[in-house]
Amino acid sequence: MKRALPLVAGAMFGAGACISGMVRPSKVIGFLDWRSGAWDPTLLVVMVSALVVSVLAWRIVRSLRAPWLGGNFPGPPSPAIDAKLLGGAVLFGLGWGLAGYCPGPAVVSLVSHVPGALVFVAAMIAGMWIGDRARIGDDG
Amino acid sequence: MLVHGVLGGVLIALSLALMLVGTGRIAGLSGVVALLVRGDDRAWRAWFVAGMLAVGGAYELVAPQTFDAVAPRSLPIIAASGVLVGIGTRLSNGCTSGHGLCGMSRLSKRSIVATCAFFGVAVVTATVAGRWS
Repeated sequence: MKRALPLVAGAMFGAGACISGMVRPSKVIGFLDWRSGAWDPTLLVVMVSALVVSVLAWRIVRSLRAPWLGGNFPGPPSPAIDAKLLGGAVLFGLGWGLAGYCPGPAVVSLVSHVPGALVFVAAMIAGMWIGDRARIGDDG
Repeated sequence: MLVHGVLGGVLIALSLALMLVGTGRIAGLSGVVALLVRGDDRAWRAWFVAGMLAVGGAYELVAPQTFDAVAPRSLPIIAASGVLVGIGTRLSNGCTSGHGLCGMSRLSKRSIVATCAFFGVAVVTATVAGRWS
């Protein structure tokens, strides 16, 4: 189960990214670029439907004492809003808006015929290495 | 289109929910990738990524049109974008899945602020970049 559960969860993520079209940067840019001729609302539809399910998931978490496979649930979220959070979010937004790849769908696309995903993920891992140098460790 | 968006969004959220309810982990994808490359608890992250790659590979074999035929931006732009996404997600500790879904849905103030910031900046960036490309 400790292997099967994350494997199945990863497969579900991959299926969701493929079915919704979020593995296509052109579709993501079609949402983000408000001046493009054909605005594509799919990203918003994906986010809203995923948020509804996620709210329900946290309700289930609150009704359980511990995760199914043991361990602990995460503690309450930190309220600290600092320069690292804001600066990081701005950099992420810049990168996301430039090419339309975000980390999850890019990983799903690694084995596709489009070379962009491979270049993106390699550059992202290098960027993560740099980002980790610049932050004091906290949770993942 | 609408049906695909809803179905895909539900599946993505169920994936994160399964990790959360099953193992207590917030499986934001930037964290999964970063800590798979260099971290202590790598096994579950490796299985998670294996599941993603298996399905991506299956779509590539059966329905290659699922992916863009060509990347919509040039490779140097994509590389620059990757570096920015890597630095940014580590500094702010999350991306579209971690902050945008897991954090927002539990009304984490940090995640709401981060998501508004990266969405706003992404819209401006994509709109400006779209005029020049």
